[in-house]
Amino acid sequence: MSDQNPRRKTMSPEDFDIRGRRSFLTGLIGLGLATTGITALSLQSAEGDRIPGALRNVHDFNSAIWQAWYSPDRLAPTFDPSEARPIRVNGRHGVREEIDLDQWTLDIVGPDGNTLDTLDIDDITALPFEAMTVEHKCVEGWSEIVTWGGTAFANLAALYPDAAEADFVNMRTPDGIYYVSLDRESMLHPQTLLAWELNDRPLTQLHGAPLRLATPLKYGIKQIKRIAQIEFSNVRGPDYWTERGYDWYSGL
Amino acid sequence: MSDTMAPPGDTDTDDFDGPTEVLAVEKHPRAIRWMHWFNFPILSVMIWSGLRIYWSFDFTRVPGEFGDNNLIPNGFYEALELDRKLARGLSFHFSFGWLFVLNGLAYVLYLAFSKEWKHIVPRIADLKNIPATMLHEIGLRDAKPAQGQYNVMQQLAYSTVTLMGAIIVATGFAIYKPTQLWWLTTAFGGYESARAIHFLMTVGLVGFFLIHILQVVRAGFSNFWSMVTGYELEDVPVGSASTHVDIDDEEVANV
Repeated sequence: MSDQNPRRKTMSPEDFDIRGRRSFLTGLIGLGLATTGITALSLQSAEGDRIPGALRNVHDFNSAIWQAWYSPDRLAPTFDPSEARPIRVNGRHGVREEIDLDQWTLDIVGPDGNTLDTLDIDDITALPFEAMTVEHKCVEGWSEIVTWGGTAFANLAALYPDAAEADFVNMRTPDGIYYVSLDRESMLHPQTLLAWELNDRPLTQLHGAPLRLATPLKYGIKQIKRIAQIEFSNVRGPDYWTERGYDWYSGL
Repeated sequence: MSDTMAPPGDTDTDDFDGPTEVLAVEKHPRAIRWMHWFNFPILSVMIWSGLRIYWSFDFTRVPGEFGDNNLIPNGFYEALELDRKLARGLSFHFSFGWLFVLNGLAYVLYLAFSKEWKHIVPRIADLKNIPATMLHEIGLRDAKPAQGQYNVMQQLAYSTVTLMGAIIVATGFAIYKPTQLWWLTTAFGGYESARAIHFLMTVGLVGFFLIHILQVVRAGFSNFWSMVTGYELEDVPVGSASTHVDIDDEEVANV
């Protein structure tokens, strides 16, 4: 009672009836617009995409915001290695069949499409080693603390300084079944590793032996296993889960 | 709310014996009504798309043992077609989330600048009315404690739900960008903890919604209608101070 404004607005009952009819009409139109809008949006399908085109645009809009906000100085929290846990195999695309690890090689391709180099695992493991214990996050919502061992991608990129100026890094498995494309900034982040160890042991084939991507900047869908080709490119390459309706940037 | 002893808009005329007239009195300003109704479809889409995300990993589920041990049974997801739509769920959630943030910001800024936050934040002195208000609500007490726009239980509910809205946004960002916003994620006890809080806040909002609907039904149509039109018919003392609004010249109201 006390904090009720004594000069409350009032109107005559007759005017209130008119206002009621107008409000009812406004409400009906609003309800209609909201229902048709949301229904139309969810029925909208863009060619070659699994989500409505308008929402794909919002994904890209969001990416632009977070890419602008991005800083290589912001690091994912790290944990004590004793907190690392075994992690389940969630995706088998591109690693379903066993390969002969001794036959594996890694092609480095430049922005012009030419192969710059072909490396074997000894070339990779000769790069500076580091281990990091971070929370690995799946786009499905689960997470697990694991220790990755490998070398910062930046160490490899430093070997090809001209090519590494390119905007995107596109990677694929030997069979070409799985492929991802990542932005240059995330790839050069100090916590983005080319990993050959998981929880202090060599990677199993289902976890991506002999070499996979490991980064707390992206969901697991971007952390490609069993990399056969790394292409520095100014063109955003194909991305397996983006083609299936997920956000391309998928930045954490 | 539901007492029949007092005339409509009881509290103002309880002690008044003089002549009264029936007038439509403003209950909810236009801004509040628009934000209130905008929130309904936005929050519906957020909960619906959120469940599509939640389906793919229920935090009560143990990794590696898919299918067992869920808080929400699979039949619930299947019946509402919430299963196997993670990508769509994410795309709706990260789009409509901005609308929820904007609407919430507008609401909080409006409350702050209009000083109407006083309507929903209970004064310490009014907290003693909690038992009496509850007894009155469940019909065990006739007299209704004095109140302003809302009774103390309503105030607690509306301010709590506003706070929960803020927490759900903050935890949402914490699990959306746990590396770039690591300090926010850490503030909520880490990624999994933030995700659990985000979900529990949703349960809280759904709980609020159910009680809200029940109370609106109990309060009756004219109370509901006042959130649409802004006004409610009341018996008021003749000549009581008020700003009269003419239907076709609403700007007078702002004088």
